Amino acid sequence: MIILEATDITAGYTTEVNILNNVSIKLKSGKIVSVIGPNGAGKSTLLKTIFGILKPSTGNVTLSDEDITGLKPDKVAKRGISYVPQVDNVFPSMTIQENLEMGAFIRSDDFSQRIDEIYALFPVLGERRKQKAGQLSGGQRQMVAMGRALMLDPKVLLLDEPSAGLAPNLVDMIFEKIIDINKAGVSMIIVEQNAREALKMADHGYVLAMGKNVLDDTGDALLASEEVGRLYLGG
Amino acid sequence: MLELFVYGIVFGSIISLGAIGLTLVFGIIRFANFAHGDLMSIGAYIALFMVTGLLAWIGVPDTTFGSLSFGWRMLIAFPVSMTVVGGMAIAADRILYRKLRQKGSGAVMLAMSSLGVAFIIRMLILIFWGADSLFYKPGLLRPAVELPLGVKIRPDQILILILVLGLVIGLHLFMQKSKMGKAMRATADNMELALVSGIDTERVIILTWGIGGALAAAGGILYGIDVQVHAYMGWNFLIPLFAATILGTIGNMWGALVGGLVIGVVQQVSTAFLMPTYKPAVAFMAMILILLIRPKGIFGGKQE
Repeated sequence: MIILEATDITAGYTTEVNILNNVSIKLKSGKIVSVIGPNGAGKSTLLKTIFGILKPSTGNVTLSDEDITGLKPDKVAKRGISYVPQVDNVFPSMTIQENLEMGAFIRSDDFSQRIDEIYALFPVLGERRKQKAGQLSGGQRQMVAMGRALMLDPKVLLLDEPSAGLAPNLVDMIFEKIIDINKAGVSMIIVEQNAREALKMADHGYVLAMGKNVLDDTGDALLASEEVGRLYLGG
Repeated sequence: MLELFVYGIVFGSIISLGAIGLTLVFGIIRFANFAHGDLMSIGAYIALFMVTGLLAWIGVPDTTFGSLSFGWRMLIAFPVSMTVVGGMAIAADRILYRKLRQKGSGAVMLAMSSLGVAFIIRMLILIFWGADSLFYKPGLLRPAVELPLGVKIRPDQILILILVLGLVIGLHLFMQKSKMGKAMRATADNMELALVSGIDTERVIILTWGIGGALAAAGGILYGIDVQVHAYMGWNFLIPLFAATILGTIGNMWGALVGGLVIGVVQQVSTAFLMPTYKPAVAFMAMILILLIRPKGIFGGKQE
């Protein structure tokens, strides 16, 4: 079953210049889709458009067959999509606990159990819950960012370069956590520069270049493809 | 000397109320509001209108509380003025500043437009009340109580300190404990992420203006009680306000409080050596000196 589908998306930051041209992407329930491609391919723009930060000039986005095109981010979040931006993805002067509370801002029920679940997923955050997010290391910040996004118990998680700027051992750790989250039933779209790793965990991969769909196939097939290897995986 | 220090604390606590509003607004929409001093003035004048006009007219008694210089009328006028000025600050944002923001105006445009708002408020005050200094309670003797070390302080001034402390603690608890207060801090930290988290940042901005305006009104009224009410008081407040805000690190509420107290004390104590007319220059000298030592202000570099 397809949970999220973006069809023929054309979007950009100004009306004159489109970053994305007729890009389409499908996410099946419970799966991981990785989007790879060179810098400036429009990968982050695609996530922002799905989440409603940008409004597409053409095309539409559906979540479980309901049209969510053009909804504002808070409405999209209410429908069950969470988004983790690549940079500036924590509230630096607030504690870890408060960061998670802000993730649950639109929940009106008691979410203390959800916070405990996040601490179970990232034990290091639980130990430091009173510490300010701005004082954490890059890896811990990324965990706070993902924890904040998970507070709404989303059906779909959009991750923008979760491994950016992290040391290699931390990259592995973050990717393991991503797989754990996915196993708990969260479908995901991951945008990554670290294309090889991203395709390894993906059920399906999309290659974007110059704001257009170039290729799409299963993660394994893209990894095995000579063209992808040469152009996007560094030989 | 010690007496000047105490007066400086009183004056500084009044500056702090204005500076906290200024710093909160700046923290969230990066906007240097030059009309903030005049919001203090209009707050003082609205209270004046109620105390000497409206409430007198409907027959609220003019008795004072014990040795304080005001009574029931002020007790009613105070929160009403805070509410009205909070509403005015929100209205200015909705009618003017928000439109400019949406059109992508830069910091300078916004600052200049707030200067325009400042002039409008001041001219309205001049039209309705004129340029004379006015008192909430004209002709009243203001007895002082003597504290140890020969410091004379009026009961009014003690009340001002208690009130300012109460307002600041109340605001602190609101910011730390309540959901909307936390949302305000989150929005100041990272507005884009606040939006992504589903926080209605426009509501946060409205709330911030409301709080800033209400605190400004409180500061203006307290200055009126302590000294007098005049049309240019807000303008005179502007330099100490900005000095206090910058000194205490822009965007930091406690910094604004400390900055206000420092500026207040420095200004008052300087009158022992210099003509009182030099007060604003002294405020800026203090600010520059501290910035030379701590370039981001007293509380700079603590957040990251």
